[in-house]
Amino acid sequence: MYKILKAGKLAGNIYEMVVEAPRVAKHCLPGQFVIVKMDEVGERIPLTICDYDREAGTITIVFQPIGASTEKFTYLKTGDSFRDFVGPLGRPSELCEEENLEETRKKKILFVAGGVGTAPVYPQVKWLHEHGIDADVIIGAKTKELVILEDKFQAVCGNLYITTDDGSYGRSGMVTKVIEDLVTTEGKTYDHCVAIGPMIMMKFCCLTTKKYNIPTIVSMNPIMVDGTGMCGACRVMVGDEVKFACVDGPEFDGHAIDFDAAMKRQAMYKTEEGRALLKLREGDTHHGGCGNCGGDK
Amino acid sequence: MGDVLKKVPVREQAPKVRAANFDEVCLGYNKEEAMEEAARCINCKNAKCVTGCPVNINIPGFIHEVKEGNFEEAYRIISESSALPAICGRVCPQESQCEGKCIRGIKGEAISIGKLERFVADWARENGIKPTAPAEKNGKKVAVIGSGPSGLTCAGDLAKLGYDVTIFEALHEPGGVLVYGIPEFRLPKLDVVAKEVENVKALGVKIETNVIIGRSITIDELMDEEGFEAVFIGSGAGLPMFMGIPGETAKGVFSANEYLTRNNLMKAFREDYDTPIVRGKKVAVVGGGNVAMDAARTALRLGAEVHIVYRRSEAELPARVEEVHHAKEEGVIFDLLTNPKEILVDENDAVAGMTCIRMELGEPDASGRRRPVEIPGSEFTLDVDTVIMSLGTSPNPLISSTTVGLDTNRRKCIIADEETGKTSKDGVYAGGDAVTGAATVILAMGAGKAAAKGIHEFLSSK
Ligand SMILES: Cc1cc2nc3c(=O)[nH]c(=O)nc-3n(C[C@H](O)[C@H](O)[C@H](O)COP(=O)(O)OP(=O)(O)OC[C@H]3O[C@@H](n4cnc5c(N)ncnc54)[C@H](O)[C@@H]3O)c2cc1C
Ligand SMILES: Cc1cc2nc3c(=O)[nH]c(=O)nc-3n(C[C@H](O)[C@H](O)[C@H](O)COP(=O)(O)OP(=O)(O)OC[C@H]3O[C@@H](n4cnc5c(N)ncnc54)[C@H](O)[C@@H]3O)c2cc1C
Ligand code: SF4
Ligand code: SF4
Ligand code: FES
Repeated sequence: MYKILKAGKLAGNIYEMVVEAPRVAKHCLPGQFVIVKMDEVGERIPLTICDYDREAGTITIVFQPIGASTEKFTYLKTGDSFRDFVGPLGRPSELCEEENLEETRKKKILFVAGGVGTAPVYPQVKWLHEHGIDADVIIGAKTKELVILEDKFQAVCGNLYITTDDGSYGRSGMVTKVIEDLVTTEGKTYDHCVAIGPMIMMKFCCLTTKKYNIPTIVSMNPIMVDGTGMCGACRVMVGDEVKFACVDGPEFDGHAIDFDAAMKRQAMYKTEEGRALLKLREGDTHHGGCGNCGGDK
Repeated sequence: MGDVLKKVPVREQAPKVRAANFDEVCLGYNKEEAMEEAARCINCKNAKCVTGCPVNINIPGFIHEVKEGNFEEAYRIISESSALPAICGRVCPQESQCEGKCIRGIKGEAISIGKLERFVADWARENGIKPTAPAEKNGKKVAVIGSGPSGLTCAGDLAKLGYDVTIFEALHEPGGVLVYGIPEFRLPKLDVVAKEVENVKALGVKIETNVIIGRSITIDELMDEEGFEAVFIGSGAGLPMFMGIPGETAKGVFSANEYLTRNNLMKAFREDYDTPIVRGKKVAVVGGGNVAMDAARTALRLGAEVHIVYRRSEAELPARVEEVHHAKEEGVIFDLLTNPKEILVDENDAVAGMTCIRMELGEPDASGRRRPVEIPGSEFTLDVDTVIMSLGTSPNPLISSTTVGLDTNRRKCIIADEETGKTSKDGVYAGGDAVTGAATVILAMGAGKAAAKGIHEFLSSK
């Protein structure tokens, strides 16, 4: 069992948990992820490592309930435990590997974070800061209440640009607009971009950075089962090659990714999961709507 | 007494009934049936059956005890050579191993060695007979990577010799292919696999799940920082192969590993478990091995019409004869001498059919099997919405790529000595599918045994 030392809300419906997992905390690096299984009947759910404390042996995860499984996570409180918590999985971010440090120092780096994707960007920016590199960061959120980790970023990054879709805080508009403004009218140049967020955001970021020839890394979040390279559920097309995101990724060259195909694949279980969510919310009172029980006929 | 030339028939669930549930197909012998079948064995002096068993179980010995009704003694005899009899009795390809060599098989049917072995193991379990931990520990720590049959066997043997053994398993449940690959209806998880794992634990073996060697910790760290004096790698051959044909990343195309893992390890077939699985209406399973049969029979039980698509003919099907027979009885359709060319997709990138081509058998190839060749112009479309690729697996490179000094061959298999399991790295041993590529449970067990002996010799001389 893996004890939850702290559980709480970061903002809106974005949850943060600090979990005791010494083996993971000892070895993880930014860019890697864990797979969490809540209880005996739970799914294996991949979540990015959003912070870690090697001494305390803890990992921080941040998630947004979108389906039945992540919804169930929100029921857990401080002091409860996850049944399973395995990691670190995947490759670390290339930027955060000691042997690439010299190369990385020469680069002007821009991070683009969207929504709940803001959390996994944090350990990368922090790691770079600890190694004397201050990267610029764009955080995009729907509205003011959903901007997370602003203070924490402020402490470790170069320039921080916040934008909200509705203009309620910071700049107004999508993150892609901020990239364009920075590069075209604000005289910024970047040699490297990392974009993490919803698939659709990463897609448009890549279209934008491509225009300005900025190499861009994205963190893919396909459907996964084992996370060890055993099932192939997580395969994504990178250029004309098939890659397993759990062992070859999750970070890939965003300009080589077929996002449209990846988004279609990700939707695979939506209907089945929709039913599970209905069952979870309505329990025994559930009568129809799931398309499964016939109660609506 | 029945016809001595024939096996005592074993009770099975009727095909129509079992095609709709996940309960075990074969119900096994009861006492009387087992004793009657045992009486058919002529207790050969120079028993050929033993040479057909990769771990050389004293077959005439244990069968004699069954005949006499001394089941506990029979269990003791089997246990001298095998740690997982309830499993091997169920899944060994007996027709090409022990039973393939049985003298009785020349004129009539071979003795049902597997079913008898299973009976003895089940009897022992039901009567609470368990191996006991050795009184004396020698204080030496050995790490075992992977909890499949090779790892469990190696760990069990070392524990019996007094070693302090810890198994590290990447998944959340121990058992390897026995839990994630082979389905419930062939190998019950709670009643059989979990119990055999309990037996290994009863010997004092610790099992740490959720540890992925090469990521959570490396082999060098196990040895340098955690005090393990030797390591056995039994990490299997889990990496699935795909064909490389168009449409393979479409929605509705799965590796057999994914399909089986969702269903077996994650129990997607049960309402009370959360993991989803696509219940196809028409499913094609590409391949002809045990894995393909398991995927096909699983899809069938989930309610689909299922086709096995295999490029050679029935005679070349690599699966156990019993599995092919069961699959046919249950209604799986065999499209033999057929090879996929392309998976067709609709506007949502979901499978909309599969273009296949007919094959014929040509000249024998290097392996001695007749090579299948395409019949020009024979393409046709198979109407399916789900495709399960079951083309074989290779060892996962995660361990070899994170361990300096561990040599592998061209097929990414770890190179290890057959007699001792010794690898190119000092103190590191390996066996099972990680060394041979995908093979069988009993061969993996045999390799685990050999390595336990190799490790014992190495650590005794240190
Ligand atoms: C490497 C990686 C890192 C991730 N990091 C985070 C993170 O830090 N925070 C966070 O909130 N989410 C993260 N995700 C996404 C998260 O795993 C999914 O949101 C979650 O699996 C959805 O499950 P659900 O049942 O709640 O939702 P549903 O959308 O109803 O899920 C339906 C089914 O599809 C699968 N599925 C659906 N969407 C995804 C998806 N995007 N990724 C993987 N499986 C999916 C689920 O496993 C489930 O079987 C990450 C995904 C990956 C692969
Ligand atoms: C569907 C299917 C059906 C089969 N049917 C039969 C049959 O009927 N009869 C038969 O004889 N054989 C059958 N086989 C083959 C047989 O199951 C295998 O040959 C056998 O299980 C190999 O044993 P193993 O111990 O080498 O590896 P595995 O059983 O593969 O176990 C390896 C274990 O190591 C773990 N692991 C891998 N990497 C790491 C790591 N880095 N760190 C920690 N743990 C790790 C894995 O998670 C796994 O649990 C079948 C195989 C499959 C897939
Ligand atoms: S272990 Fe397998 S090969 Fe050996 S006797 Fe038992 S069933 Fe036959
Ligand atoms: S070869 Fe057949 S008959 Fe002879 S001992 Fe073995 S099982 Fe019995
Ligand atoms: S999640 Fe199974 S191979 Fe990547």
